[in-house]
Amino acid sequence: MASHAATDHANLTGELAKPNTGRIWRIFFVLVGITALEFAITFALEAQHFRTMRNSILIGLTILKAFFIVGEFMHLKQETKGLIWMVLVPTVLLIWLLVALVTEGSAIGETLAHMFS
Amino acid sequence: MAQTTTLQPTAAPTHDAPRTGNWDGGNEPFKASYGKLMMWIFLLSDAFTFGAFLTAYGMIRHKHEVFVGEASAFHFSTKWWPIPDHVFNAFPGMGHANVPLGFVALMTMILIFSSVTMVLAVEAGHRMDKKDVQKWLLWTILFGSIFLCSQAWEWGHFIRGHEEGTLMADGTVFHGANLAVNQYGPVLFADLFFFITGFHGTHVFSGVCLLIWCFVATTNGTFEKRGHYEMIEKIGLYWHFVDLVWVFVFTFFYLV
Repeated sequence: MASHAATDHANLTGELAKPNTGRIWRIFFVLVGITALEFAITFALEAQHFRTMRNSILIGLTILKAFFIVGEFMHLKQETKGLIWMVLVPTVLLIWLLVALVTEGSAIGETLAHMFS
Repeated sequence: MAQTTTLQPTAAPTHDAPRTGNWDGGNEPFKASYGKLMMWIFLLSDAFTFGAFLTAYGMIRHKHEVFVGEASAFHFSTKWWPIPDHVFNAFPGMGHANVPLGFVALMTMILIFSSVTMVLAVEAGHRMDKKDVQKWLLWTILFGSIFLCSQAWEWGHFIRGHEEGTLMADGTVFHGANLAVNQYGPVLFADLFFFITGFHGTHVFSGVCLLIWCFVATTNGTFEKRGHYEMIEKIGLYWHFVDLVWVFVFTFFYLV
């Protein structure tokens, strides 16, 4: 937060403020819950024909976890719009790179597998 | 000297005044302090590094064959990419018991918990509560160190390998893994394991070192004299990022 230095000075003299940590603990339990859910899904949907659906759910839950960590623990939600975009835009480009190269990898694999047939 | 005052008429009277103009350092981009903004930019560049690792992992994995059939019938072969819960299925002190991904799940919980104690230290810093900052920093250092030890155990187990081993192309049975050969699958599987988790572990190690330094500085009253605990926030950003990277490594390397 931009204005933290000013608010901190108010506490320099006098009593210490009471800790306000309810929200932090709630988010902790959300994160633990999502991790446990991911774990359960990994084993519940292990069969071959569930593979794509399972992986999509797992990646979705991971992004949800990332949202909580970056937004709440790293306080990105409280930063200015400009800073939020500065962080998000390059990250979205990274996801594009990932999707593009995974597709490319599948294509290379296909080509190698059928090279001599 | 009269000549200098005529050349720069406004320089002398404002010399000691704080710089408030847009172009002489008075402006904070994105209303964030210099240190925090630089930490965000560093973390973004670090995200590129880990993004490159995970992208390489995704591409190489999709290039290799997938094991077709029931998961219970799976066995290690250099022909196809291994199913992770058959590789990482040991738990310290439980001998040869089959605990698929159990230890990794525990490590994930430990790292998430260290992230919570870190954000509690940042919160205590906002309140200028030196005792609480010290307490939560110590918890974070403890959990970070436990994570590092767990990873060392995990590496040790991965390198020593499973008892049965795998029959290699040259007719010998190979146990464990190194950068050139491994019993679990294609060579690149072990290479990617060592590089991705190793690079992440190095980050955790640097984080623990920074946190120890933070604890010493807090104890010496450095931040109290400075009037704010922003350094804890900056190191906290780094620590949460390390946790964030692990969340992705956990999904892409162990679960998917």
